[in-house]
Amino acid sequence: MIKGLIILVHEWALAEALIRYVKELSKERGVNRISKLVIKLGILQSIDRNVLEFSIMELAKINDLIIESLVFEDEDAVLRCRTCSYEWSLDVSELNEDVREAVHFVPEVVHTFIKCPKCGSRDFEIVKGRGIAIKEVVFRGS
Amino acid sequence: MGLDPRELLIEERLKDVKKVIAVVSPKGGVGKTLISTALALILSRRNLNVGLLDLDITNPTAHLVLGININELSPKEEKGVIPPIVAGIKFMTIAYYSKDEAIPLRGHEIVNVIREILAITIWGILDYLIVDTPPGLSDEVLEILRLARPEVLIVTTPSPLSLKSCERLIRLLKDSQVRIIGLVENMSYDMSAKIIALCNQYSIKYLGKIPYIKDLDNYVSKLEDFIKCKFMEYLKDIVKKITL
Repeated sequence: MIKGLIILVHEWALAEALIRYVKELSKERGVNRISKLVIKLGILQSIDRNVLEFSIMELAKINDLIIESLVFEDEDAVLRCRTCSYEWSLDVSELNEDVREAVHFVPEVVHTFIKCPKCGSRDFEIVKGRGIAIKEVVFRGS
Repeated sequence: MGLDPRELLIEERLKDVKKVIAVVSPKGGVGKTLISTALALILSRRNLNVGLLDLDITNPTAHLVLGININELSPKEEKGVIPPIVAGIKFMTIAYYSKDEAIPLRGHEIVNVIREILAITIWGILDYLIVDTPPGLSDEVLEILRLARPEVLIVTTPSPLSLKSCERLIRLLKDSQVRIIGLVENMSYDMSAKIIALCNQYSIKYLGKIPYIKDLDNYVSKLEDFIKCKFMEYLKDIVKKITL
């Protein structure tokens, strides 16, 4: 747990979206205890896992949700060229800091900075690893 | 899990925005960006809290009208992102991230960008959020109509093609029960009667015309000059007629 952290990052906003969604599910089921929440972390967005975890748990408390187990699953960034069909993994750590930060906020801007290594096209698809998503929510007793 | 979690957050982000106005037109090159930006500037000079969102995702240009160097400005990160204030307007654009480079995107990717931007942008209290949109009824327009339920300001030129397209747009917006604030005729020459007739036919307010201003391009990117140019004067008269 990170204590005393000033949340200045947009992971908080991402956590807000996730918790709002879980809260809706919780209301529908009439259960506020979640035995397991699995979050998929697409590495393209370079999410700070510790900050996201802290934000989720803080927001859970504020929203009267109890999360017993929070699991993160990393998903590699895989891109596929729509022009030549070439598929490749993107190593986000190789991007310069400015680009990484831009992609962190809006993953689709990767189209501005990355091109197909085979044919040079920037018309490609983000097959995997775009951003964060809820993979699984298990409510206690469900 | 059908619902995108970001949509729930978008409601929260827009809850303190009193009115969202989308500036739309079915045709490109009719002056939406100039009108959106000028409208935001005029309203902000009435001591109102105004935001401007450039929703032309693949071709953002509002920052050029405002004359800002996109490489020197970026939103402040604070539990989301807070748009910088430019000339009294809270201004948000994807160009902060894509810079002045092309951003080739397909439809579902554009939708993703819009949801991401609307979910992370913290506007705070606004009297008006003006949204500049790309031409036509593309993903940007459909998504903002759905997510922000704006009122709509239509811009057209007097060209017959633009008018015909406008009529289709008006029918669609009316069917969708979107409030149309009115129609602005831009780059006007001598066809106002037909545009006024179109407005009357569909019970839409004709807000007035802005003539073709030859040297307008000279004022773009020079904010101080733009604020004082004839285009702004015409638009101020139009804004007086708008029931906001």
